Amino acid sequence: MTNHWIDIKNSNAVLVMGSNPASNHPVSFKWIEKARENGGKLISVDPRFTQTSSRSDIYAPLRFGTDVAFLGGMIKYILDNDLYFKQYVRDYTNATFIVGEDYAFNDGVFSGFKKRTDDSHYGGKYDKDLWQFELDADGVPKRDMSMQHPRCVFNLLKKHYQGYTLEKVSQTTGTPVKDLRTVYENFASTGKADRAGTIMYAMGWTQHSTGVQNIRAMAMIQLLLGNIGVAGGGVNALRGESNVQGSTDHCLLWHILPGYLKTPRASQSTLDEYNKAYTPVSNDPKSANWWNNYPKYSVSLLKSMYPDVDKDKAYKWLPKVDDGRTYSWLEMFDYMHEGQFKGFFAWGQNPCCSSANASKAREALSKLDWMVNVNLFDNETGSFWKGPDMDPSKIKTEVFFLPCSAFLEKEGSITNSGRWMQWRYQGPKPYATTKSDGHIICELMSRLRWLYRNKDGKFPEPVLNLGYHLWQDSHGYNAQKIAKLINGFFLKDTEVNGKKFKKGQQVPSFAYLTDDGATCSGNWLYCNSYTDQGNMAARRNKKQTKMQANIGLYPNWSWCWPVNRRILYNRASVDMQGQPWNPKYPVIRWTGEKWVGDVPDGGWAPGSKHPFIMRKHGFGQIFGPGRADGPFPVHYEARETPVKENFFSKKLRNPVAMWFKDEEFAVADPKYPYVCSTYRVSVHWQTGLMTRHMDWLLEAQPQMFVEISKELAGQLNVASGDKVTVESIRGSVWAVAVVTERLRPLKVMDKEVHQVGLPWHYGWQFPRDGSGGDSANLLTPSVGDPNTGIPETKTFMVNVRKA
Amino acid sequence: MKSFFIDLSRCIGCRGCQVACKQWHKLPAEKTANWGSYQNPRDLSFNTYKLVRFEDQVVNGKVEWLFFPEQCRHCIDAPCKMVGDMYDDKAILRDESTGAIIYTQRTKNLPFEEIKGACPYNIPRLNPKTKVISKCDMCLDRVENGMLPACVKTCPTGAMNFGEREDMLKLADTRLKEVKAEYPQAGLVDKDFVKVIYLSRFEPKLYYEFMYAENRPRNLMNRQQMLARMFRPFKEVIDSA
Repeated sequence: MTNHWIDIKNSNAVLVMGSNPASNHPVSFKWIEKARENGGKLISVDPRFTQTSSRSDIYAPLRFGTDVAFLGGMIKYILDNDLYFKQYVRDYTNATFIVGEDYAFNDGVFSGFKKRTDDSHYGGKYDKDLWQFELDADGVPKRDMSMQHPRCVFNLLKKHYQGYTLEKVSQTTGTPVKDLRTVYENFASTGKADRAGTIMYAMGWTQHSTGVQNIRAMAMIQLLLGNIGVAGGGVNALRGESNVQGSTDHCLLWHILPGYLKTPRASQSTLDEYNKAYTPVSNDPKSANWWNNYPKYSVSLLKSMYPDVDKDKAYKWLPKVDDGRTYSWLEMFDYMHEGQFKGFFAWGQNPCCSSANASKAREALSKLDWMVNVNLFDNETGSFWKGPDMDPSKIKTEVFFLPCSAFLEKEGSITNSGRWMQWRYQGPKPYATTKSDGHIICELMSRLRWLYRNKDGKFPEPVLNLGYHLWQDSHGYNAQKIAKLINGFFLKDTEVNGKKFKKGQQVPSFAYLTDDGATCSGNWLYCNSYTDQGNMAARRNKKQTKMQANIGLYPNWSWCWPVNRRILYNRASVDMQGQPWNPKYPVIRWTGEKWVGDVPDGGWAPGSKHPFIMRKHGFGQIFGPGRADGPFPVHYEARETPVKENFFSKKLRNPVAMWFKDEEFAVADPKYPYVCSTYRVSVHWQTGLMTRHMDWLLEAQPQMFVEISKELAGQLNVASGDKVTVESIRGSVWAVAVVTERLRPLKVMDKEVHQVGLPWHYGWQFPRDGSGGDSANLLTPSVGDPNTGIPETKTFMVNVRKA
Repeated sequence: MKSFFIDLSRCIGCRGCQVACKQWHKLPAEKTANWGSYQNPRDLSFNTYKLVRFEDQVVNGKVEWLFFPEQCRHCIDAPCKMVGDMYDDKAILRDESTGAIIYTQRTKNLPFEEIKGACPYNIPRLNPKTKVISKCDMCLDRVENGMLPACVKTCPTGAMNFGEREDMLKLADTRLKEVKAEYPQAGLVDKDFVKVIYLSRFEPKLYYEFMYAENRPRNLMNRQQMLARMFRPFKEVIDSA
């Protein structure tokens, strides 16, 4: 989130789309209710009428996977009706930038498109050099402050969304025109200086082949309306796991290193080459261009791993990825399916139920030599060879199960959706012989080091020189020591920015990290979280100033990154004189001498730096030249779709999305006529691995079900409570029909389209009698977003029939 | 005297209350099947004191999803106790300070159908093995130790409220005014007769057949009938004198 949970209460319009907070983040609903008490409106846009919809002021239905069309219509509405925040757009976004002549959008593709010719996992690729801005002699983007130039971003934006009329959007999304108008009018009313609108989204937006463009479209809307950096505004992802924000910050994904640094490529053979490639340079004195500090963060990370090794040598020991390749989840399972992996750690996950195209994942495991499953309970992955459609006699995989502790039994932090790092102390000691993940890692590492040392391990230096002693004390893994290492400390006496530090002192904030090897930090974003004053994440103090209390900032409760700044980009919440746009809910304010309120996004005087300090040029990106599938979102149909036509693009579907060449998809296929999606319920969580073992939770939601409309139930002759079969090209599951008013067929391009949905919380392994059902992911496709590889599990085509 | 105020304009149907009740009382889970609804178990039982009921409705052409976290109302003049007292006045008790209606082990000697039939809300449930009758006990053990009932403590949105009756009635009246502005059919269900006051957004009958005590079709005695029944033995004696 750019903002945080409590801040929702400050909003005049809470748009909930691609998520269902009442069901899946019930505690957050408290803050939504507070927003409504203060006169704010809750707007629920969802294919189903959900628990959130039941509490909303405005509800509008839409077809799964058509969010870009819906949002594109909102952009057009905002522009046509002059509802954007003019000063903000002109001064804080790249609306005034002039795009080069090579940029174009024709026939459904942007300029620079090349179709796939080889074994690439993507349908095509763009040459993004064709989308760059016109620069002046200093390399600073040219700006047309009058926004009249035909190629200024503002006019290109207008042109791009010209076709997203209410009628065309309605025919695509199935949302009645009057509902579109109501939603647009209400949300766009937050374009005024003293009004703010927020968006709460989750996997209903991200898990699509256009997932990133869904988020982009909303970010653009929020920039147009002046809603970034202000209280009650922002772009707010509801994370689906209590610490997944922590896991993304510490960069478990293949393409990033802790603190969102980049994983090095094979061609970047030296530290200097690597740093140069990723350190942006700006000649605009008003652009803070904060990523120009990149080398300080990368070197400090290297020193946290290898405190006693020269930084350049340590860099050479980092694993590299091949140039031009990606290694995301779907690709990994594709390789595994081809027998390309010897071993696999399924650590704290259940891919046999969570992976899109789950049967492909299940088969893939059978090609491994060995697998280690670390989890609380046995599950569909740990016992994959016993699953349905598996013949154990043909499977050679040796499986190890390491039972681990639950969250209550461990000390450590979790970072919530609002970036708040909250320390947790150990509750009960780990049950029986279970161990915490940290202990398991340290013991594994200890054994590996012994083997490398004593059994002639090849290239032992990167393993043996790790600063392993910093992770533990005499009892083993120590979370507090790790937290201190993540913050970072001085490896020698030194002076930074005129301040003297001694070896061993914690680094007070990332402003004091250096690129010469004097500092170590396991994650620059978390530098400031564990200082010489102590563990900031463990603070539970409700003290705040009146200005902070007014917006529910709670700056002394836990700690958030970066440097405890609770609302990101807050320099955009004030005018060039440092005075808040909204006097009712100010975030920061310049007193004439200093900033008060939240931690300002850089302490510089007002008007001296552009507010979006993490972007090279310093402006909010309405035109986004860095995305793999284009600088403006385009409505593309999902890989599997009920329609053959697309009003907004000559290309029906995302031409550069990830999909595997030999796999089939249902497009306007009469065998699979219904649009399907997956979602969650309050009483189960993720694949249900933990919750299916909780008696009272299984009691409350015992079985796989599919929600279908009364109209469809009538056509299929299915009554509520009947078992049905739901099948896609990839697989089928049984489910109990929940026939409901809350789903209605939609009119899409003059055709009646039915939608159905299932939860993905069940698996064959437990309950042992199989009464729970199996994973909805047996139906979903291995199709991915081109920027992230995230699987398209939220829109696919199925058939439903009586069992 | 204590009361609950349950604001259904804030309930999101999360089932935290249902699960918290089970957890606090260490009640076993029932073996359930999906019968075509999010609601499970399907009904209250001797092992399920708190049940969130789900109902799809269309009201004035608009789809609504109604959540009703059902529990014993701890009636001010509990008809179940009136009937129980006729047989054993130590089986069903009323706690002096809170007014909680408590079923003891001695309920196993009461005629269950009469106890159940007396309740306008269809709450009492029988353990077929032990014959003990059970229902919500207002978490009296928690309340006597200065804690909130488990269902109230866990509710994330403020739908569940508990405290001194005057405070709950004040809160109920304030909320009713606010909610009525949006939902003109909102009301406080059987407010003067129960210690568990629901604020419904719509007519009670849209939530659940037994949400309110008016127009009961069968097995329910009104107060006059109840009193008549209580005095029947005496009447017989007098008549035969």
